[in-house]
Amino acid sequence: MQEKIDLRGLEAARQQESFLQGVKDCVPTLLGYLSIGFAAGVVGTTSGLSVAEIGLMSILIYAGSAQFIFAGMVASDGSAAAIISTIFFVNLRHLLLSAALSPYFRQLAPLKNALIGSLLTDETFGVAINRATQTGSIGEKWMHGLNAAAYLNWIAATIAGAFLGQWIPDPQRFGLDFALPAMFIGLLVLLMASRARIGVDIVVAVSAVVIVIGVTLVSTASVGVIAAAVLAPVIGMAVSKWK
Amino acid sequence: MEVRGFILLIIIGATVVTLIPRVLPLIFLSRVQLPEWGLRWLNYVPIAVMAALVGQELFVEDGKLASLSNNVELLAALPTLGMAIWKRSLLGTVAVGIVSIMALRYLT
Repeated sequence: MQEKIDLRGLEAARQQESFLQGVKDCVPTLLGYLSIGFAAGVVGTTSGLSVAEIGLMSILIYAGSAQFIFAGMVASDGSAAAIISTIFFVNLRHLLLSAALSPYFRQLAPLKNALIGSLLTDETFGVAINRATQTGSIGEKWMHGLNAAAYLNWIAATIAGAFLGQWIPDPQRFGLDFALPAMFIGLLVLLMASRARIGVDIVVAVSAVVIVIGVTLVSTASVGVIAAAVLAPVIGMAVSKWK
Repeated sequence: MEVRGFILLIIIGATVVTLIPRVLPLIFLSRVQLPEWGLRWLNYVPIAVMAALVGQELFVEDGKLASLSNNVELLAALPTLGMAIWKRSLLGTVAVGIVSIMALRYLT
């Protein structure tokens, strides 16, 4: 009898780790990314990029902020070197996200880690790290399911935006631009709620907001995020030690 | 439906510089045992990144400090935050956010 119950528990745990569960756990983020992808497609079209170019960008670059910058700088005749180096700095924050996920994928071969990393985004990171906090681990299949759902959703959204862009003059009117900050607020609250050190977490979050505002005002937005991501955790470490 | 040569070149360059920071830490840091302070530091990185992204969206506009008194995004963030704390639902939070900003833009 005892054995049977154990097996059932094991089966439930296995299902929790499945590819399909990863896809399901991605669903709440789809709306946010759909609207931003759609907007990226619209902006791409109005900057003179073809649907094929926009689609290729989503398949290869797969990063919202980079694709907005790409479209904007192509429209203003930026040089290839300027566009590529700007995109490098904007996406440098992925270093920190990738580093934060690395302890959960120790057992995997380098190529599998590369596959997981290549589809890393702010949203999938938020969902994955929430899961890691709740269950203590991240299943490889689950991670692939999450990544695949987010990736295909992004490609579909940008191409739809590229096609339909001409007929939607003002996507802001429908409040879709706010889906992204709303999603980050939700991810942040879920993450904090699942960790048992709300006090230090709030100190880190507030420090990060202050740092990002201060640094962005004197530098650029991407340097601001990187500075906050590096420095705010140091403040958190100091506070938790001092307490 | 064509892809121009110089656009393709920039796309490939942008792909490479985006891929490197995404992939390298996962490949190399997962091979080594990080020191204890490194793990403690990494522990706070997710909170810091998410909070920084929210802060930038709400408080910075075109590289300048956004208005605090006339900021519909900041106002809409309050019911959004309330929903997130109350229901702990990502989809619900996004829905409340979109409805709030639509209503506020309509009213102001």
